[in-house]
Amino acid sequence: MYGYHGKVLHIDLKEKKHWVEQKPEEWYKKYIGGVSMATRLCWENIKPGCDPYSPDNPVCIANGIFAGTPVPVGGKYGLASKSPMTGFIGDSLSGSWFSVALKRAGWDAVVIHDTSDTWVNVFIDDERVEFRDATSLLGKGTFETEEAIREQLHDDQVRSATIGPSGENMVRFANVTNDGRQAGRTGHGAVWGSKKLKAVSVRGTHGVAVADPDTLMKLSFNITREAQGPHTSKYRILGTSTNVLNMNKLGLLPTRNYREGVFEGAETVSGEYLHEHHNVKTIACAQCPIACEQMSVVKSGPYEGAMTGIEYECLFANGPNLGISDLDYVIKLISVADHSGMDAMSMGITISWAMETYERKIFTNEDFKCKSHPEGFPLNFGDGASAVSLAEMIRDREGIGALLSEGTRIASRTIDKERGTETWKWAMQSKGLEPAGYDARGLKTFALGSSVGTRGPCHNRSAAYDVDIQGVVDRFKVDETRGEHAKDAEEYAAVYDTLPLCKFIRRCFTGKADRAGAWPTIVQLINATTGWELKYEDIDAIGSRAVTIKKAFNIREGWKRADDALPWRWMHDPMTKGPSAGYVTTEEELEYMKDLYYKAKGWTNDGLIPKENLIQLGMEDVAEQIGV
Amino acid sequence: MLTSTSKYQFVDCDPDKCIGCQLCEYVCSYTKTHEYNSYRSRIRTVRVEEVLITAIACRSCENAPCVRACPKDALEQDENTGIIRVDPAKCDACAWCVEACDFGAISMNPATKLAEMCDHCEDLEEGPQCVKWCPKEALSFLTSEQRAQQSRRELMKEEVIGTKAAG
Repeated sequence: MYGYHGKVLHIDLKEKKHWVEQKPEEWYKKYIGGVSMATRLCWENIKPGCDPYSPDNPVCIANGIFAGTPVPVGGKYGLASKSPMTGFIGDSLSGSWFSVALKRAGWDAVVIHDTSDTWVNVFIDDERVEFRDATSLLGKGTFETEEAIREQLHDDQVRSATIGPSGENMVRFANVTNDGRQAGRTGHGAVWGSKKLKAVSVRGTHGVAVADPDTLMKLSFNITREAQGPHTSKYRILGTSTNVLNMNKLGLLPTRNYREGVFEGAETVSGEYLHEHHNVKTIACAQCPIACEQMSVVKSGPYEGAMTGIEYECLFANGPNLGISDLDYVIKLISVADHSGMDAMSMGITISWAMETYERKIFTNEDFKCKSHPEGFPLNFGDGASAVSLAEMIRDREGIGALLSEGTRIASRTIDKERGTETWKWAMQSKGLEPAGYDARGLKTFALGSSVGTRGPCHNRSAAYDVDIQGVVDRFKVDETRGEHAKDAEEYAAVYDTLPLCKFIRRCFTGKADRAGAWPTIVQLINATTGWELKYEDIDAIGSRAVTIKKAFNIREGWKRADDALPWRWMHDPMTKGPSAGYVTTEEELEYMKDLYYKAKGWTNDGLIPKENLIQLGMEDVAEQIGV
Repeated sequence: MLTSTSKYQFVDCDPDKCIGCQLCEYVCSYTKTHEYNSYRSRIRTVRVEEVLITAIACRSCENAPCVRACPKDALEQDENTGIIRVDPAKCDACAWCVEACDFGAISMNPATKLAEMCDHCEDLEEGPQCVKWCPKEALSFLTSEQRAQQSRRELMKEEVIGTKAAG
C-alpha cells in the first residue's frame, strides 16, 4: 500500500504494552484519515455510554493521507475521543510536524487505551514504544514541554503532542498542542489529563514513498505556486484576523457575550492593527506554503513579551466578546490559553458569560477571591486585567476558576441551581460547546449548520455561513433550500477534514473552491499518492461517510433530535444594533430547517439513520448497531 | 568562530522570509532518494524560540574544514564549483567532517554509511531543487559576495524608499 502503512498502533497505558492491528485496504478507502478515521477508531474502541474521563474512553489519533509528502497543507492529523464538553464525538484537527513524524515512524493511526497510574510520556520511536516517566514535565507549558522532551531525547526532530497545566488540572476545555498548533476544541486535553498522559512524542526516521511521485511532484509544485497568489492573500498577509472588520461590518462580530454584533472598538483589535503593531513573524505548519499564523507579541506594559499566534476565532472570543479593545490584553489572554493548553474560544466565552453574570449582579467581587486578590475583583466588560486574572484562575482551577473551567453549560447550571437564577439564558453553548465567531442570528443557514453539528456549533465543520454571506440566499430568512445547503457545507468541510487538507488551499486547485473546482485535483492527488483509482463521486462519499460515522457515534451515545439546538440567546434575544439587529432564529424556524436537513441527508424525521443509507456507504456493521 | 564562506555559490536562506514549512527538505530528499524524509535531506530547517527559523545547507567554504578534517582523505572539493565530494571507497563514517562543520550541514546516511552534503543538484540543469520550490523565495543560490550585494540593494530600498512593506 502506498500512502499508508496498513498498521494501527494500540497502546495500553495501564498495562504499559502495545500491539499492532492490521487494517485492510478497503477500510482505508472508506475512512481515509483525519477526523473520519479517528472517529471510526473511536467507534471501534470505546465502551459506549462511558464517562469521557473513564479508562474506557480511548484517545484516537489518525494521520492524514498526504502527511509526509510535499502535497501542500497535507501535514495534519485528526484526534478523537468522546468529548467531556458535549458527551458526543470530540473530533479535532491539528497541523504540522507531529503528523509528519508519525507517518515516517510507520503508523497510520494510534489508539491509546486505559489510564496510567503515574504521569507518562509515550514515546513512539519508529517501531518501538517507550513509556517514559513524565514527572519532570509536570507544570510545564505546552511549548516548554515539547522543548524539554527534545532535550531529554537529544533529538530536535522529535515531535510531541502535549498537554499543559490546564490539561493536567482537567480544565474541561483543555486542548492538545503540537508544534505550536492545537487540536483545539472539545476538551481533548482534559481526556489526556484523566489518563495521566502528558505527551505523545514521535520520532520517525523512515522515508515516505508514493505510487506516482512524478505526478505528485508536478501537482504539488503547481499548487505551491498558486498558493502564493490572490487565492490565499487573505491568509498570507493578515491571517484570519482580517475577519474582525468584515464581521463587524455585517453585524456578526460577537460583542459582550454575543449581546451585539457590532463593536465600537473593532478598529484597534482588527487584523490590520494587529499586523501593524504586534506582528513578529508569520509562520507555517509543516508542509504548508501559505503560512497564516501571525506570531504576535505585547511590546510594552505589564504583559510585555507575551507572545503567541493570533487567529480570528481566539481574537473575537477574547477581544470584542469581552468588550476589550486593547490588543495587549487580548494577546495576553490568548497566550495564557495557548501556553497552558486550553481552548481560547471556550475560555473567552466562559469569561464573557461570567462578565454578564457580574453585570447582572449575580456574581459580585467576592466571587472572584483568589490568592493574588484576597478581596476579589470586579469583572466588568472591557476590564482586561480582570479577564487575565480570571483566565489564570481557570487555568489553575483556583476559587471560582474551578467552576468556570467546566465551561458555560456546567457553570451556568451549577450557579442557577445554587442561586435560583437563569444564567443559562446567556450561556452561549449548544451541545455543551461554545460557538464560533459568526453570530448566527444574522445567518440563518449557519444557524442550522451550528445546531446540527456533531461536535457542537462549529465554523470549521460547517461553513454554512458561506451561502448566507455570499448572498446565495437571504441570510435573514428561512426557506426550503437550507437543508441542502447545510448538508453540502458540512460534507464539503468533512472532505478536507478527512484527508485532511487545510481548507485555506481550497481555491488554489483551479481558482474555484466548489466541488467542480476542487474535486478533480483532489482525486489526482489521492490517486498519485495511493495508486488507487478513485473517481469524482468517491470524494463526495468520503465527506458523506465522515459526517455519518460521527453522527452514528452520537446516536449510539444517546443523541436525540432535541440535542440539535442553539444557544437560547440566538433564538430569543435579538441584537439592537447593526445590520443584523432585530433577528433571531425562532424555534419554529429552527425545527423547520432541521426537518429539511434530515430529509436532505436521507435520515428519518427524528434524525436517525436508516439501515439502507448506511449499507449504501459500506457501513454494514454500523447499520447493525444503530440503523433504523 | 564561524568559518568564512567563499567565492563559491551555495544555497542561502533568508531567515526573514523562511516560514519553516520544510518543503525544501521534502524536495531535497525526494531528489536524492525518491522518498520524502527530512533525515535524508541535505538542507535542514532549524526553528528555535518559536519564531527564529532558517534553513541550512553546505556553504561550500573555501579551504573547507570538513575536507581538512577527514582522516581518510575521503572528501575532496571541486575547484570550480566548491562542491564537496565523498569517495565511497575511502569514507568510513567516522563523522569527523560532521563535527568539523560549523553549520551542521553534513549528515551521515545510516543506510550507505557515507557522509552527505548538498551537491547543488549539479546533475540537474535547473540547479538546486530546493531553491526552485521554496514558496517564499527565501532560498537563493549565490556566492557570499552576491549575497552582500543583494543585502546592500535591499537596505537601500528599505531605507531610502521604504519599499520593504510593499515587498
